[in-house]
Amino acid sequence: MISSHTEPLTFSTIAPDAGLKTALSMKRADLIAEITNSQLKGRGGAGFPTGVKWNLAAAAQADRKFVVCNADEGEPGTFKDRVILTEHADLVFEGMTIGGYAIGAKEGIVYLRAEYTYLRKHLEQALADRRAKGLLGKNVCGHDGFDFDIHIHMGAGAYICGEETALIESLEGHRGEPRNRPPFPVDTGFLGRPTIVNNVETFAWVTAILVKGSQWFKSHGTARSTGFKIFSVSGDCDKPGIYEFPMGITVSTLLEAVGGLGAKAVQIGGASGHCVPAAEFERTIAYEDVATGGSIMVFGPDRDMLRVAHNFLEFFVEESCGQCTPCRDGNPKILECIEMLDHGVCSSKYLQEICELGETMQVSSKCGLGQSSPNAFLSIVKHFRNELMGRGL
Amino acid sequence: MLVTEQERLRDDIASWAQDIGSDRSALIPILQEIQGKYGHISDFAMQIVADKLGIHPVEVYSVVSFYSFLEFKPAGRFVIRLCRTIACDMLGKDKVATQLENDLGIEFGETTPDGKFTLEWANCMGMCDQGPALLVNDRVFTRVTPDKVTQILEACRKAFGIYALGSIGEGHL
Repeated sequence: MISSHTEPLTFSTIAPDAGLKTALSMKRADLIAEITNSQLKGRGGAGFPTGVKWNLAAAAQADRKFVVCNADEGEPGTFKDRVILTEHADLVFEGMTIGGYAIGAKEGIVYLRAEYTYLRKHLEQALADRRAKGLLGKNVCGHDGFDFDIHIHMGAGAYICGEETALIESLEGHRGEPRNRPPFPVDTGFLGRPTIVNNVETFAWVTAILVKGSQWFKSHGTARSTGFKIFSVSGDCDKPGIYEFPMGITVSTLLEAVGGLGAKAVQIGGASGHCVPAAEFERTIAYEDVATGGSIMVFGPDRDMLRVAHNFLEFFVEESCGQCTPCRDGNPKILECIEMLDHGVCSSKYLQEICELGETMQVSSKCGLGQSSPNAFLSIVKHFRNELMGRGL
Repeated sequence: MLVTEQERLRDDIASWAQDIGSDRSALIPILQEIQGKYGHISDFAMQIVADKLGIHPVEVYSVVSFYSFLEFKPAGRFVIRLCRTIACDMLGKDKVATQLENDLGIEFGETTPDGKFTLEWANCMGMCDQGPALLVNDRVFTRVTPDKVTQILEACRKAFGIYALGSIGEGHL
């Protein structure tokens, strides 16, 4: 098992099964109200309120419902879900079981990315142990009439499958091409049934909230971004690894903790996130300022930002599903522009046109991939224009 | 493909469909089983799967072509996937890549003529704090340096010959 440098996490203080027992002693409506009251938002990065999602799925009428754990962690620079699944898998499964009780689902699915196949054995063992203890299966925890079980579905190597509708397409045996929304998965999800898709970390926080209370969670973070967040820190810093901070922390405070002072920029939110230059290190990491699914990549003073942009765009050209034109054709055009900049043959006017193309992609792409893939390029052009332009051969 | 091999493939697919199911959502798990056992998914295999699931073979093809862990071409016994995303790039993945190409005598996207090794790029594999990282089949190696490449390949080669272990064991590294 590969471990990362990990600062003490709240997750290691949560007593096993306590959250599930609390949840099962509550009425479904009260349970969802507790989650809603915590104002927990999706920890995968999109930040949709978990309570709202669950409430919609609970209200939907159907013969079957599904709880899906999105463990397709593919955003460059993110590895917190790997650590959570390695060290706190039970909290995640417990959170899924709580979700199943809340919305009235009997079936849970973990969509685990193919690159994490080595975690499967460990996770299957954890599930088997839970079944043996009566925490999964018929009448969970002795609660009459509540049956719930979880199985693992392996991904097959596609970044786009982290998008929830693409993930569902993949579960159904199709290409991972995002669907039009609405209808949303809470209404028409896996096999056309109501489905909640939540991130690994979100499920773990649900369990923690049930143990420590929504007031505890809400008393941390900011008014619009409550609670704590797990960060995956990599790049030019002394102590890369996993960190937990309250939401709303400034970039500079985070850099100090990880030994990354002196950085010239920080990429927040992975390849689809934003590049924050040193002048803006007092900005906060929160849904209302710079949002992230947890990826923090530190760039030291000597990093070539054009190489960074080049790497990100190569990634998106490869990972675009090819379904909609802005994303399929836009990303290669941006990559071509980066190569022109690198060869010193890009005019200011052409760079401007490509930036406008990027803005068009942000509004016209079908899913989050194409809407966010120009972000890194646009923010690097905005903040490091002089470094990019006027290069010689 | 020999008739006996075709029969074996047909029997395998039938038994996987028995275990996993024969509805559309069983498609990718069945393809993963084929990939795991046969190292690739042949035209013949796609036809059998399509018949089993009652869908057109083009549907199966469209799925195999979409996912990077499903392959049409026979892959080597050991598929080495080196992460090329930014964090591993900053930690020196280029040198590791060059050493892999030099030691194996192939470029990325190719398989050695003896069918032992395939070299592929991978996108971020979640080892950003301890790159450069690579996968050998399902196993992950972190903080790989050019001289560690030689050790990793040696451990793989020990899986062949009279001392074959079938897979790379923990004891080798």
